[in-house]
Amino acid sequence: MEKTGTITADKAEKRQRMSHHISGVFNKYGIFLIFAVMIVVASFLSPAFLRPINVINIVRQMSIVGLIALGVTGIIVSAGIDLSSGSVVGLTAVVAASLAQSPDNSAAFYPGLHLPLVAPVVAACLVGALVGLINGSLVAKARIPPFIATLGTYTAIRGAANLYTSGRPISDLTDEYDFIGQGDVFGFPVPILILGVMAGVTHILYAHTKFGKYIYAIGGNEQAARVSGINASRYKLLIYVYASFLAGLAGLVVSSRIGSGQPGLGVGYELDAIAAAVIGGTSLSAGGIGTVAGTIVGALIIGVLNNTLDLMNVSAFWQQIVKGCIIVGAVIIDQLKNRGGK
Amino acid sequence: MENDYVLSMEGISKQFPGVRALSNVKLNARKGTVHALMGENGAGKSTLMKCLIGIYTPDSGTITFKGEKLNITNTHYALSKGISMIHQELSPIPQMTVAENIYLGREPTTWYGLVDMRKMNRMASELLARLQIKIKPTAKMHELSIANIQLAEIAKAVSYNSDLIIMDEPTSAITEAEVEGLFTIIRSLKAQGCAIIYISHKMDEIFKITDEVTVFRDGQYMGTDATTDLTDTILIEKMVGRTLTDMFHKEMTDMGSVFLDVQNLSGKGFRNVSFQVKRGEILGVAGLMGAGRTELIEAVFGVTRSRGGAISINGKAIKINSPADAIRGGMALLTEDRKLTGLYLNASVRENMFIANINSYMLGPFIHFKKIEKDCERMRGLMRIKTPSLMEIIRNLSGGNQQKVLISRWLLTEPDLLILDEPTRGIDVGAKSEIYRLMTEFVRSGKAIIMISSELPEVLGMSDRIMVMHEGDKVGELSRGEATQEKILQMATGMSLTA
Repeated sequence: MEKTGTITADKAEKRQRMSHHISGVFNKYGIFLIFAVMIVVASFLSPAFLRPINVINIVRQMSIVGLIALGVTGIIVSAGIDLSSGSVVGLTAVVAASLAQSPDNSAAFYPGLHLPLVAPVVAACLVGALVGLINGSLVAKARIPPFIATLGTYTAIRGAANLYTSGRPISDLTDEYDFIGQGDVFGFPVPILILGVMAGVTHILYAHTKFGKYIYAIGGNEQAARVSGINASRYKLLIYVYASFLAGLAGLVVSSRIGSGQPGLGVGYELDAIAAAVIGGTSLSAGGIGTVAGTIVGALIIGVLNNTLDLMNVSAFWQQIVKGCIIVGAVIIDQLKNRGGK
Repeated sequence: MENDYVLSMEGISKQFPGVRALSNVKLNARKGTVHALMGENGAGKSTLMKCLIGIYTPDSGTITFKGEKLNITNTHYALSKGISMIHQELSPIPQMTVAENIYLGREPTTWYGLVDMRKMNRMASELLARLQIKIKPTAKMHELSIANIQLAEIAKAVSYNSDLIIMDEPTSAITEAEVEGLFTIIRSLKAQGCAIIYISHKMDEIFKITDEVTVFRDGQYMGTDATTDLTDTILIEKMVGRTLTDMFHKEMTDMGSVFLDVQNLSGKGFRNVSFQVKRGEILGVAGLMGAGRTELIEAVFGVTRSRGGAISINGKAIKINSPADAIRGGMALLTEDRKLTGLYLNASVRENMFIANINSYMLGPFIHFKKIEKDCERMRGLMRIKTPSLMEIIRNLSGGNQQKVLISRWLLTEPDLLILDEPTRGIDVGAKSEIYRLMTEFVRSGKAIIMISSELPEVLGMSDRIMVMHEGDKVGELSRGEATQEKILQMATGMSLTA
């Protein structure tokens, strides 16, 4: 009798699993298929598309939003959201730039200051992490909804960036500093290498460490995570710190790339990063779903789309409309997937 | 005497805003025994267990565990001291695998600090094999049936190698056959010296597996007895404070004409099923988990698509493509999972009650709240719903009272056929008995009920006729007179009747 009971349950489950499997193939690889199709279509539409210089261009352009999106993915997986990352880019850009001006510039922010390259790099990362600590404390300790908490820091941090420079840009940066955003190593632009390394690190962090497991667990069912003995608020705080650290890194790269720290840098990046994560399959409606690979492809899809439309001389206004449609389309796919899973 | 107890909770009180959940209660459990904690919903059992596991902190009282006085402030601490719990109504993390869920919070790691998935899967597969639970450790939790999810939760609680395991309604979703498997696990845990606190509303389980019983009523300690000194009548009396003479209130009613006639219906999870329900009749539907009972009823009600077959109501053929068609035809469905498909948890009792019947409360474009108030008040009295007011948020009601609100919702639509899917799951005896009383009153007025239930005493006690399903097929029908627990189980497990 005992045996029969288990067998019955097994059969029903097998049937269920079959239907999961069919939708599962698309769920798992759908975004990669779409990306592949886009590349084929783009290369037909414009012969210039597949030229190495163009490909490198696309990746370089998406590398900054890509960096931010890596962290935002973790936050959304934990069932949170971060609206402040664009402002963090602005603040860390000016702080890093102020520590990296040419020492012979008499009108420098800190006249006569000459620090090794490591100083602005560490400063950008630290300032980013500090903002993350504020976000994380508001969300995990003060229990303020993430949307509200980071909407607050989104506004306040932009103000801090403007306050720091009195609204002026900080230019005339050292050559070493400019190398971060403009240099090449073996023909690869440095921003792409930074993104590559950070994507690898973040993938390991999310998929292979306890920290990562707990972020998924908290997003999937916070109460269940708590009763399993996980200190949920600690890990929630940490994911905000990590995400803002990545945004700080992005601020460093972007200021170096344009050779100037401007408090207005990064406006709207937070939404581009969220869009990349969502297009890449990170679920805003249910926590606990999302991958680094998906997010990178999501960011690449936005990059390829912009680039193709550029090559075809489509106006920037139309590009915005198309991008908007893609974001909503991605969420529709996400919901269809969830329906299939129920 | 003291040393005899592995756990000793004394003088525990816990106050919530407006409610005194526990007042000066105690609980003592011995090593290597199963200790039942009984009481109606809202008696304070779960609150006490949450104090023990560190989800709540008691206002006063002491907890002594293995001779050590503990101040348990979080789950992690409780687990580290050797207390683990199978949580009732706590879904796992759906996107993670079985192994990841089991070892959540204590993943094995490699020497360089990453989570060792291979080792984790191997540990899980050894654990599941030892417990004779047939689930793949790499399966995602959301792919499992409810029964298997519960089995995985049991495996998780056992995996802590605790000295005390709290089992809060561990059998609410598993079938009789799997309950036997759980009891085998419990017996071997006992033999290893583990103490178990067992919470269940199922009387037969209490008498089968427990050694001692502690009863709570309304947050108060009512006493502890050896199970062998108790009978179910005494136990129920202790729990509800009165004698329940006839649990089931079954009355034989005169059968009327056939109300619902289903012929050769097929769909996802069931094949070629025919049955009828007469006015004045309660049709019980029995079977194991995954037998296709819920699927069948959802297809009849238009929740899911059916293939082939014919449905007629009152002798007239009817096409049912959506629940709205079914409701128009005079049917109402109380779903299996109250939280998932029934309740609007953040809405008031009143909103939850009138929502399905809103069309009869419209004055032009406006909602006629006076009339709603009147009808809901009537239902509250009729169903004996315990709530401070109709405006109370339903989340704050006990499970039994939530279920009564849902039944009220459907009664307000004045259906001719009420379909009840596991109507008393997770509900205490008192509320169960009330629901049975209402079912009897409902059919007495010439209406019909289809009741799906995995609790055989309930099926046997309430049904006029019992249809048994096995793996999507209807394997037979038994009249009230010929039905016994053994016969139903034989049919439900697919054995021939002669065996």
